[in-house]
Amino acid sequence: MKNQFLQFVKKETLHILRDSRTMLIALLMPVAQILLFGFAVSTEINNINVAVVVPQWCEGVRQSVERLSANPYITYKGDIAPDEIDQNLRSGNVDAIVVFTHDFEKIMNEWRRNGVSKSAMQFIMDASNTNIAQAGTGYLTNILASDVMAASSMVETHMLFNPQLKSAFNFVPGIMGMIFILICALLTSVSIVREKETGTMDVLLVSPVRPLRIILAKMVPYFGLSCINLTTILLLARFVLGIPMGSNLWIVILVSLVYLALALSLGLLVSTIAKKQVVALLISAAVMLLPIVMLSGMLFPIENMPSVLQPLSAIVPARWYIDAMRKLLIQGASFPLILKDFLILIIMTILLLAVALKKFNDKLE
Amino acid sequence: MSNNDYIIDVKDLTKKFGTFTAVDHITFSVKRGEIFGFLGANGAGKTTAMRMLCGLSYPTSGSGTVAGFDVTKEGEKIKRHIGYMSQRFSLYEDLTVMENMELFGGIYGVKSKDLKERASDLLEKLNFVEERDTMVGSLPLGWKQKLAFAVATLHRPEIVFLDEPTGGVDPITRRQFWEMIYQASSEGTTIFVTTHYMDEAEYCHRVSMMVDGQIKALDTPANLKKQYNAASIDEMFRILARGAKRGD
Repeated sequence: MKNQFLQFVKKETLHILRDSRTMLIALLMPVAQILLFGFAVSTEINNINVAVVVPQWCEGVRQSVERLSANPYITYKGDIAPDEIDQNLRSGNVDAIVVFTHDFEKIMNEWRRNGVSKSAMQFIMDASNTNIAQAGTGYLTNILASDVMAASSMVETHMLFNPQLKSAFNFVPGIMGMIFILICALLTSVSIVREKETGTMDVLLVSPVRPLRIILAKMVPYFGLSCINLTTILLLARFVLGIPMGSNLWIVILVSLVYLALALSLGLLVSTIAKKQVVALLISAAVMLLPIVMLSGMLFPIENMPSVLQPLSAIVPARWYIDAMRKLLIQGASFPLILKDFLILIIMTILLLAVALKKFNDKLE
Repeated sequence: MSNNDYIIDVKDLTKKFGTFTAVDHITFSVKRGEIFGFLGANGAGKTTAMRMLCGLSYPTSGSGTVAGFDVTKEGEKIKRHIGYMSQRFSLYEDLTVMENMELFGGIYGVKSKDLKERASDLLEKLNFVEERDTMVGSLPLGWKQKLAFAVATLHRPEIVFLDEPTGGVDPITRRQFWEMIYQASSEGTTIFVTTHYMDEAEYCHRVSMMVDGQIKALDTPANLKKQYNAASIDEMFRILARGAKRGD
């Protein structure tokens, strides 16, 4: 009977190996996504175009403008006349304009001498893209405020764990949460449904093989494929993106393996519902992928979601996995800190597997 | 265990799905080595009856044995002693001829030494020796069907269930296929076959005709034609099916 199981695993492995296109996609997709999200797609704001309006040049203004033009996040667009402000913002030439007062020097001196603070400059932001406007305000305040407003320099902000706010750090856990569902759930469900479609499943069911064994044998190679992907992702994350990854690599792997089991159960569940490969594909892509992208906190912070959607995100397994991965990979958290995520994932896996196996057996009768 | 001359021996086999009676008290026996044609229109209950005989589902009521095992509780044992070939092509197209044989040999617990011997025997018989490592998907349909039959008998079952094995196959291949069936039958294997082609029914030793979940006729093709005063099984089938309430 051991021979029987091995024959099955061999068969499934051959199916995957011979479908070279699918295999290539399955192996390269994680690499492509990590590189894409890591480098091309970035939520950090760079190159904010800033112009200045200077009614009267003086030493203070010159220093401020110099500091602006030297900053790597800002592209200095020169000084413009006050009546050009509107046109420049509308045309999209600049994202932000710093307007200095005509008595800049006087205000600064007064502040230095008596501590009397008055507005010395104004930021005019193009807020049609709120991300740029917010980030820009932050940058400008940091760059210019030390001169102008003593008050703001009293608050000092420290960015822990990801001091440069690199967005790649944030994306890696998200991509992991997505890839494993794609590979495990989608490919497994499609491959089971394909056997239903071609009729080979009938032959297998009439044979003395236990249905559970057919399913297990199907999962083994996809599990293997996902382990390869896990390795690639972790290697890329460490050596290409430079994510620190604490000493807890084994916990990362442990949690990931649980998540793989969960994804495989999901695939099995889908395969019991779908009769056609296309349907399996659609269910996996639309019903599972979309919530992961939208609700798991991969792209949009859960805290920002409308309160109706927040409980909904709690049933998306990827949310807990991504959360755990973020803590482990970026913060270097220890096991107790992700215990809650881990337990939730385990419970979800058991539930899903139970339902999937029950449905699978019901179908046979 | 019932009479050993019969490989299938069932009495009042019934399967109900809710209030719908798919198979309604069928009683019949099949002798060892016989080619038994199991006919009926779509929806007459053929598939459901066959699933019960193959150990895939248990009857709601009734009793009987297949290959010496109880159809009401020994489904798993039945599965081990029968061969099965479905109406749709049932080998893996992305595996080679030999890999398919190894897989199904493994499934039925054929020892790898026996398997090698039998596989090369079969390949020789089918003139497939050169196609050993060809992907099954690239073989012509007729070859595939023959191969599927060979694979279904690889573990030397006492009885083979063929579910519309010649669907969509050209007449010449169908003929060749029936030669294989005769060959297997002459070697003592029982053949239980369903088909849509009424001319094929004439090749069977005995045929049964299912209408609305019941077996309405069962005899040799010659006797049946005499009884219904029909020129062919096809005509007889139409006479019987006229009274059918369900099906197409």
